[in-house]
Amino acid sequence: MLSVTGLTMRFGGLKAVDDLSFEARVGDITAVIGPNGAGKTTVFNCITGFYRPTEGDIALTHAEGARFALGRMPGHRIASRAKVARTFQNVRLFAGMTLLENLLVAQHNVLIRASGFTLLAVLGLGRYRAAEGRGLDKARHWLDRIGLIDRANDLAGALPYGAQRRLEIARAMCIDPVLLCLDEPAAGLNPRETEALNALLRTIRADGCSLLLIEHDMGVVMRISDHIVVLDHGKKIADGTPAEVRADPAVIAAYLGEGDEDEDAV
Amino acid sequence: MVLELSIVILGPDPRISSSTLRAKSTITGAATDARARSEHGGGRVRLAMKRAVRDAGLSALIALGLFVPLIGLVTENGDHGLVLRGRPIAVVAVVILVFVGRLLMLIRGSRRAPPKAAEASPAMRRAGSAVAPVLLLIALLLPFGGSRYYIDLATLVLTYIMLGWGLNVVVGLAGLLDLGYVAFYAVGAYSYALLAVNFGLGFWSCLPLAGILAAFWGVLLGFPVLRLRGDYLAIVTLAFGEIIRVVLINWVSLTHGPNGITGIPRPTLFGLAFSMDGGEGTFAGFFNVEPETIQRVIFLYYVILGLALITNWFTLRLRRTPLGRAWEALREDETACRSLGINVTNTKLTAFAIGAMFGGFAGAFFATRQAFISPESFTFIESATVLAIVVLGGLGSQLGVALAAIVMVGGLELLRSLLSWLADQMGSELFAGIANELPLYRMLVFGLALVVVMVLRPRGMVSTRSPTVLLTRSEGRA
Repeated sequence: MLSVTGLTMRFGGLKAVDDLSFEARVGDITAVIGPNGAGKTTVFNCITGFYRPTEGDIALTHAEGARFALGRMPGHRIASRAKVARTFQNVRLFAGMTLLENLLVAQHNVLIRASGFTLLAVLGLGRYRAAEGRGLDKARHWLDRIGLIDRANDLAGALPYGAQRRLEIARAMCIDPVLLCLDEPAAGLNPRETEALNALLRTIRADGCSLLLIEHDMGVVMRISDHIVVLDHGKKIADGTPAEVRADPAVIAAYLGEGDEDEDAV
Repeated sequence: MVLELSIVILGPDPRISSSTLRAKSTITGAATDARARSEHGGGRVRLAMKRAVRDAGLSALIALGLFVPLIGLVTENGDHGLVLRGRPIAVVAVVILVFVGRLLMLIRGSRRAPPKAAEASPAMRRAGSAVAPVLLLIALLLPFGGSRYYIDLATLVLTYIMLGWGLNVVVGLAGLLDLGYVAFYAVGAYSYALLAVNFGLGFWSCLPLAGILAAFWGVLLGFPVLRLRGDYLAIVTLAFGEIIRVVLINWVSLTHGPNGITGIPRPTLFGLAFSMDGGEGTFAGFFNVEPETIQRVIFLYYVILGLALITNWFTLRLRRTPLGRAWEALREDETACRSLGINVTNTKLTAFAIGAMFGGFAGAFFATRQAFISPESFTFIESATVLAIVVLGGLGSQLGVALAAIVMVGGLELLRSLLSWLADQMGSELFAGIANELPLYRMLVFGLALVVVMVLRPRGMVSTRSPTVLLTRSEGRA
């Protein structure tokens, strides 16, 4: 469903991503791992439209057959049309707005169409009320799922860090994505929160949304991924199931230095 | 404006220049306090006093530099033209005042813990919710009790309130710093003036046109510049404001240049004009009353009150729509907005256009009230005043903007009339003198107000934000 072919991203003289090709299949949790500076976040930014790739194609195919060339779409269309949602390495919530508002902003495109491009909503007419009701229902559903329903009217910035991470995922899910890209979702979480995150990601996959994640926490990666892509210096060095990647000598070399054979540390 | 900015920048204590610096200075302050505490008690106090005196001395020095030209020198009509007269005592008095004030502030400040972020107590909250209805009631009843002077003043204040509310959409909600808002005010005013004078159109048919034209210019300006952020956007909008003014001055064949446009028609009440002849088809003729100027003044007052209230209603409704929420989200984090599929450029453009539209309405009203407009009315200082009103009132707060406009535009006038009334009552020359000179210190008072509000309430007079939507308890359980 997501196929990246020959992706290259240059910043001046630096090749951050070099001729990368991989596929992420429908219903899978695909992880992109690699040492710091391997180009993982650059790949993410290309897929989600924050960078325009220097070369290569990123194609997303929906279940019903619609095809999108993500590398050539304006950034906001990737979320609204191709239905690719993302979270950020350093959480980017609307800190001064409430949790509920955060989740409603994520449904902007649906709601603004229903609001007759604002005119109907200002006058309080027609189908906007019903649409807003549905939007609130969806927000409530997600707040319930991430266990923050009691804090719906609090400011997002006032939440503890772990809850902010969960809220960011819920916000991304409110655009009804077919592919959810998570940039280090477990960074800064304690073991209990990480466990809750794993459970949340599994339920999201069970609902039919594919996931693509960058992660440093190998515990998370090995436990929940179906498929792992390993990057080093912008190049793909391994691609396969967790067990395959774990046993791959190139991966071990990249993580631990040449000649080291200790597999358990991966 | 430049003056008060310089005061803010030059202040010896970085606490007043911005809240981030404030945090930093609190940290360093705490460190010095800790160091001081480890020394002997007496030495600590002496050290603190020494620092306070030095700081206060520096403040006094800056005050001296500022007030020698501002207060110390007066021009008077002499035998051979203007004569320069010095007022050393006034300068010394002000400098001593600054020194003592700063010293007291520092001594008090060192005893108290740093002020916490302004939290409204329940009692204050209750009082606050009563402010808006009371203000509205006063505004509605004012023409029945006030003299012509006060109605005129209130009309001016309301014009600024409307401009403030319009700019609040752009700056307060969408977070786009616009330093050229006066351009849209000018577009509105000239649109009406030119349409009315050249094509004989009336105020009510021109009003929507003026709004649409201003919104159109908002989009036209916004399109190329909205990819800029923060300071860059501010500079470009500032330039745009100046360009409009310069075009108005130089396009003499259309705008009559610096001479302005005269004879702009007054608005009518359902076709009834407010003319002095009292004949058929005029307000006085229709209602069979003596024609008086005050009738028109009161009518104009209600027109701007109505326009301002519509602006307020519309903005409050907008805030609760998806568009309004997207504006606020844009202010919080543009990148996150883009990742959620919000078309950032279009959303910013709508904010610009709607803000400009209200500016255009206010401009058309200004033109019809004055019956004369010239480019002189649309200088940068107007933009600065409106922006100061929005910032002082509290970004995004409708009530705050109204309060700030009343204080900034009406406050000084009221103070002046109070002082001259006191002078009359007591026969005091001092009060009369201050009352006469007060308008000269307008900018100084502006600057002072800005500094005071930024020190005491860095987020504006009314800084609470009410959520646009609430999840009620029962809904939460369902």
